[in-house]
Amino acid sequence: MSGKQQNYRNNAGGRTVHDVGGLDFGAVDMDEHDLALWERRVDAMIVLLATDKAAFTVDGMRRVIESYGEQQYDNTTYYEKWCRALRNLLVEQDVVSQEELAQKVAEARATMRAAGRDVSDEDVPWNEGIWTGEADRT
Amino acid sequence: MHDHHDHDHDHPFQPDHDAGPATPYEVLELALRELLIEKGILTNAEIAGHIDKMATRNAALGAKVVARAWLDPAFKRHLVDDTRAALMSMDIDIGDLAEYRVVENTPDVHNVIVCTLCSCYPKLLLGYPPSWYKSVTYRSRTVREPRAVLKEFGVDVPDSTEVRVHDSTADLRYIVLPMRPSGTEGWSEEQLATTVSRDSMIGTALPKPA
Amino acid sequence: MSAETSRPPKFRLGDHVRVDDREPLGHCRAPHFIRGRTGTVVTIQGAFRDPERLAYHRPGLPALTLYKVRFDQCVLWPDYSGPERDRLELDIYENWLEPAPTT
Repeated sequence: MSGKQQNYRNNAGGRTVHDVGGLDFGAVDMDEHDLALWERRVDAMIVLLATDKAAFTVDGMRRVIESYGEQQYDNTTYYEKWCRALRNLLVEQDVVSQEELAQKVAEARATMRAAGRDVSDEDVPWNEGIWTGEADRT
Repeated sequence: MHDHHDHDHDHPFQPDHDAGPATPYEVLELALRELLIEKGILTNAEIAGHIDKMATRNAALGAKVVARAWLDPAFKRHLVDDTRAALMSMDIDIGDLAEYRVVENTPDVHNVIVCTLCSCYPKLLLGYPPSWYKSVTYRSRTVREPRAVLKEFGVDVPDSTEVRVHDSTADLRYIVLPMRPSGTEGWSEEQLATTVSRDSMIGTALPKPA
Repeated sequence: MSAETSRPPKFRLGDHVRVDDREPLGHCRAPHFIRGRTGTVVTIQGAFRDPERLAYHRPGLPALTLYKVRFDQCVLWPDYSGPERDRLELDIYENWLEPAPTT
């Protein structure tokens, strides 16, 4: 879970995955959508932890996000990245343990199913791993 | 969009209204929230309170600030010199995470804001940023070919006007103070605010003509 | 978050400065595209804790002076198609800046 792992873009020059200034990803995607409630809650938790609680810093969150691999970085949304960074940082800093988290995730799935939601059994990946697309997900 | 029922302390979980299948991220958010609350680190009220606060921060709030700056030269100076204090004088508290800076458009300079490294944005004034602002398409190209990007937004800046790009690399968030459109002489602050869009405060739009 | 620093600012308004091109050791707020490039200090933003240390839960003290540095787009990008007056500005921490070479 070390935050110091670097994943470099495939371009030459040793860029880290998030450092995209000057590259060309094509026409600006003008898509806009309102944030879902879970995304607003992720935002709230991060802001509250980083300021009022001083439990950790936004810099630490960014550092964790920057350690993701290119494929994960490019294929997750903004709040997906921050939600995962929140978890990883809380575990890294011993605020929550992996065991507690696994237990709570199982409970959360059960709660949502009881409320009639269809729920994925997948976990948010911990580390980058090698992800080559849908076909490789078991 | 915003569910008022999530203030209920007895039932911390409220399903999203337009529920499709819950993704692993949505599950994780609930699990993290419950853990943080159980451990006494956060409360539901704090989380709901922040969401409520964010609902009051939006383009309309930014437009009010711009309109006031257009009408009151002393306020405009204050806004540029000490943005935090000037916003506080309008009861807008930007919190502790970052400082804000206002950059003024003139006939000689058109400002555009981007954060290439993540998506830093003056959220406590303008609300959540648009998805495109956070996209790698916007973040990668705006520093390198701002005029082409602006054209995609329908903004054509003449070559006689400098396009000045600000990359928000530190804990300073930038807001563009657009130029007051002509033909608005005698307009009230409220009327002026209607010409100011969110994108005109990012630099990817001009104020709507009178 | 503007913090006291024990050191006075190393650079003044108008100074020509070069962004270091060392390899970052982890979290870094000097974007890849600006490293090794030369610009001009246009604002002294104050002193802030070092984000590269804050990212690893260190206090980030003594605080570093933060500078707004202005670059000419037509110098930054060899294929820049806009006019020579176009500029780009970034906020760079003092520990990433050195005086521009005088040659």
